[in-house]
Amino acid sequence: MSARLANGGALIDRDTAVAFTFNGQNLTAHDGDTLASALLANGQMLVGRSFKYHRPRGIMASGVEEPNALVNMNEGAHFEPNQRSTTTEVFADLTARSQNHWPSLNFDIGAVNNRLPRLFPAGFYYKTFMKPRWAWKHLFEPLIRQSAGLGAVPKVANADHYEYFYAYVDVLIIGGGMAGIAAAVEAGKSGAKVLLMEQTPHLGGRILVDEVEVENQSAVDWIAAQTALLEGMDNVTIRTRMTGSGVFDHGYAMGYERLNDHQPDTPGPRHRLWRIRAKRIVTATGALERPLAFAGNDIPGVMLASAVRDYALLYGVSAGDRTVIVTNNDDAYRTAITLKEAGLKVPVILDARPSADGILPTQARALGIRVETGKGIARVKGYKSVSGVEICDQAGKGAVLETIPCDAVAMSGGWSPVVHLWSHCGGKLNWDEDNAMFTPDPARPPLGDDGAGFVLTAGTASGALHATAALQNAVETGRQATLEAGFKPITGDMPLTTAPTENPMLPVWSMPIAAPYKLRAKSWLDFQNDVKVSDVRLAAQEGFESVEHTKRYTTLGMATDQGKLSNINGLAILADALSAPIPQVGTTTFRPPYTPISLGAIAGEARGKLFKPTRKSPIDAWSDTNGAIWEPVADWRRPYAYIRDAETVKQAVTREILNTRSGVSMLDASTLGKILVKGPDAGKFLDLIYTNMISTLKPGKCRYGLMCNENGFLFDDGVVARISDDEFLCHTTSGGSDNVHAWMEEWLQTEWWDLKVYTTNITEQFAQIAVVGPDARKVLEKLGGMDVSSDALPFMGFAEGKLAGIQARPFRISFSGELSYEIAVPAAEGQAFWDKICAAGAEFSIMPYGTEALHVMRAEKGFIMIGDETDGTVIPQDLKLGWAVSKKKVDFIGKRAQERPFLQDNNRKQLVGLLTENPADVLPDGAHAVSGGKNHYGQENMIGHVTSSYFSPTLDHSIAMALIKGGGSRMGEVLTFPLERGKVIRARVVDPVFYDKEGARQNV
Amino acid sequence: MSEARSILNGATFEGAIKITETGLRGMITLRGDLSGSALQKAVKSATGAALPEVRKITFGKAGNVAWMSPDELLLIVDYATVDTVVKSLGKALKGEHHMAVNVSDARAVFQLTGKGAREVLAKGAPVDLSPAAFGTGDLRRTRIGQLAAAFWMLKDGTIEVVCFRSVGEFLFDWLSNAAEQDSLPGYF
Repeated sequence: MSARLANGGALIDRDTAVAFTFNGQNLTAHDGDTLASALLANGQMLVGRSFKYHRPRGIMASGVEEPNALVNMNEGAHFEPNQRSTTTEVFADLTARSQNHWPSLNFDIGAVNNRLPRLFPAGFYYKTFMKPRWAWKHLFEPLIRQSAGLGAVPKVANADHYEYFYAYVDVLIIGGGMAGIAAAVEAGKSGAKVLLMEQTPHLGGRILVDEVEVENQSAVDWIAAQTALLEGMDNVTIRTRMTGSGVFDHGYAMGYERLNDHQPDTPGPRHRLWRIRAKRIVTATGALERPLAFAGNDIPGVMLASAVRDYALLYGVSAGDRTVIVTNNDDAYRTAITLKEAGLKVPVILDARPSADGILPTQARALGIRVETGKGIARVKGYKSVSGVEICDQAGKGAVLETIPCDAVAMSGGWSPVVHLWSHCGGKLNWDEDNAMFTPDPARPPLGDDGAGFVLTAGTASGALHATAALQNAVETGRQATLEAGFKPITGDMPLTTAPTENPMLPVWSMPIAAPYKLRAKSWLDFQNDVKVSDVRLAAQEGFESVEHTKRYTTLGMATDQGKLSNINGLAILADALSAPIPQVGTTTFRPPYTPISLGAIAGEARGKLFKPTRKSPIDAWSDTNGAIWEPVADWRRPYAYIRDAETVKQAVTREILNTRSGVSMLDASTLGKILVKGPDAGKFLDLIYTNMISTLKPGKCRYGLMCNENGFLFDDGVVARISDDEFLCHTTSGGSDNVHAWMEEWLQTEWWDLKVYTTNITEQFAQIAVVGPDARKVLEKLGGMDVSSDALPFMGFAEGKLAGIQARPFRISFSGELSYEIAVPAAEGQAFWDKICAAGAEFSIMPYGTEALHVMRAEKGFIMIGDETDGTVIPQDLKLGWAVSKKKVDFIGKRAQERPFLQDNNRKQLVGLLTENPADVLPDGAHAVSGGKNHYGQENMIGHVTSSYFSPTLDHSIAMALIKGGGSRMGEVLTFPLERGKVIRARVVDPVFYDKEGARQNV
Repeated sequence: MSEARSILNGATFEGAIKITETGLRGMITLRGDLSGSALQKAVKSATGAALPEVRKITFGKAGNVAWMSPDELLLIVDYATVDTVVKSLGKALKGEHHMAVNVSDARAVFQLTGKGAREVLAKGAPVDLSPAAFGTGDLRRTRIGQLAAAFWMLKDGTIEVVCFRSVGEFLFDWLSNAAEQDSLPGYF
């Protein structure tokens, strides 16, 4: 059983006691413990259940590579699932719960899956439960979702704060171990701006445990001296608890900083996502130890050899009292020596190599440790904990030679450099045959905008596994990065390290080498996703030859650990099954983030009221306090209707319409796009932009215009006003102003740069208020200051002056069919002007109306709405707007396209009006008209759909517009619209102008 | 008596730094040939400021001039004088192809004061805001979070930010959130 040792623990403070709970149990840790070391110190080997088979799982690693020991952390508004206990620092009152078991960690019903492994082979999602089809949705999927999976879903919104931060550096160094520190010193000395980030709370990396002397100092002293040196440099920043999460194009990197995970009650953001632009990125990311694939390698108590050593030396925790070491390399002997020196028992070291005569094995033997070469583990005995190992010849089929009792197993299958960040943006790898590992190929780095590599690797991440080579490589890399970032490296003597040499390792992918199915089916590759050697072999047998396909079929490497422990072993097994060399099979793609990052960090500050900007008009606050219910219109919010007292929305809309038609109402039309176009060629330019003639417009007059794209399709409309000879004001739809402005600029800058035209988007300079209805003129007269008579200011004209003392530009334009003035005033005086209209209009019962009343009234008049009657495939001619498409102009955007036969076809869907047979029936938006009969898919033949549909209080009748095939020649036809549940509405095709066809009301 | 009101009527927030809505500013978009002597003279006589270099702002007795694009400047003057300045620009540039338009009401302006102003902005603007890269007279047209914005440094510790009026309230909320006490990274 694991326990706290009497001595040791470089990172913990034994004088402290930190209370925490695991599955409701009260436990104690020390400051400096991780949750994993604290659990082990409390004898808690079993920490979770596996994904598919619900097998008992324990802590396997001591860092980011941990596949098993994930927990549900904290509670309520701070709850977060799938937290790695190996990288979680303990803090007072931490609460953690184990995951994926029911009803309890110790007794899990789902473990029945473990007895039926043949039910869950590779690709079981695809193979099992295929029929009957209904059962998948209603039976199997819910069952699997209940049974599989990891952490629980949070039930309440997270209460923490998150943010981004943008930083720009010359040299970014990811990883604060020996190599990262050395590279940072080299870059820092040159004056380059350096950011060094380390994912753990401590600099030092593996030299905190592996006995290395650097420049005749102990590792600890060297780290302290170098840290002090770096901290003294103004141009160097060190951030711990910050992971280099991703490397992207052109020197862009993402850093994931965890500020308060370990001190949850501290003010400030919990996580900060750094977005860093660096001239050069140095990845000093070290290496990860690989597990060995033997039967029972997932039983709690089987751990990585390096982790066993870390727990003993860094946290003063033993994984067990009797630990068997199984290895294919010299490094694992360090664990044996560490345990022995800590007074623990090491019954045997099983070394798969034929011989082991290096310095470390010799040292182990000298300590009296039994070393068996050419041997491996046939099977680990135990279920919820280890009770012993069965020894076999590595070269055989697993015949048991001897059973050795033990309560822990420390395994080492060699080391894999962490090449993830090098690979994120396309850095290529070489296969190192001697060490059985992929290493970055410096000749094929990820390339930046200048065609040069922008990522360099330092230390072990380069494949330099031995300390001496690693340090040299790091110093050289630091200098190279400095040079490439445009600084002059300060060269000096190469620092020296002292560490024992190591003999070559032996690649071991399966233990024993000829393990039969029975053993392979219990030899885990991917511990988090429950993928075994047998699954990968089965995938190969079923024809999944690509490593990417095998990954998806077996789910190897697809869990939250992204296969940090499993990838190399898995692809080696695949290569073996395919009889192909490992480098030919290759790796799967390394993608960011390197370790999971919180969704909160990705969202940053964009939540709650900062989720998305809402544009607000100058009248917004007034509307908000005067009954407005809101609807989004592009990024704006606009009043849908102004509700009074106990009115329903429908009653309010009806009131607003009838009041406008019979008296006078007002509308906040400020959101309307306004683009000023000026220059000697402005008329010529607008003739190209609009389908109709604009250049003939007289100053002081307005004209309705249409804009099409190159394909002839209508995308925006609005009224153009000619301010002066060389100046036009183009009104656009509320949602279209930014796009139309960008559209105009694009044409001016890329195609028609010879035209002398400037544009400016002045949408927000003005509040625009429409005063609408038969009494509108009376209200303006009462405001006073301008002659607003029909002679002075006729329909489709505008004037400038002062109304009620405010600089104003009233336009005689109408989207309702009524006498209407749209008055533009400076936005800062918009509310004051609105108030004056309210006061002047009081005696005429003026009231505001919203967008729904606006929509109904424009539909009564048959006016189209961009986005309702248009959908990107509609040309003006489809909408009976052919009159606004010039036949005289030589060219305009869309002209050529509209001449194509398809767009000339008389049977295109064309705009019609619809009157339902029953006046009270309102057709649903989008309802389809059918023509009888079925197409060859067995669907009803459809001839078009409803684009706008309302109940018109003015006409006391439902009205609709629709796009119907050959609609222009169907006048008087009755169309059939089948709806849900067998309901059918029949409607007669009529002219889309339902009200005041002559336009007499607006022209008074 | 003008009834013109800025978007937040001079609202302030005090946290890690101070944020003040400055009230209405006279702003003129001036488009034209920036290399032309007529334009340069007109700008100088309107503001007293020289023509700014790319991504710079210049300061004059009667106003500031911000570089916006290769053919666009933003003249910042007293709100009360903006119509007069637009007219005088029109006169000075008569016969030259140009556009001078009052955009004062289309904007919201905020002043950020305090040592941490750079870091508050660096939480949302993809800009190198370190003292070595961004100093007095420097200007960027960029985004802050999800919003289009421009900002410039008046002097160390004082940055002005401008955005569209319709999102002025949102930007104020954004800046206040980013300027919460104890939230600065302490990087610069």
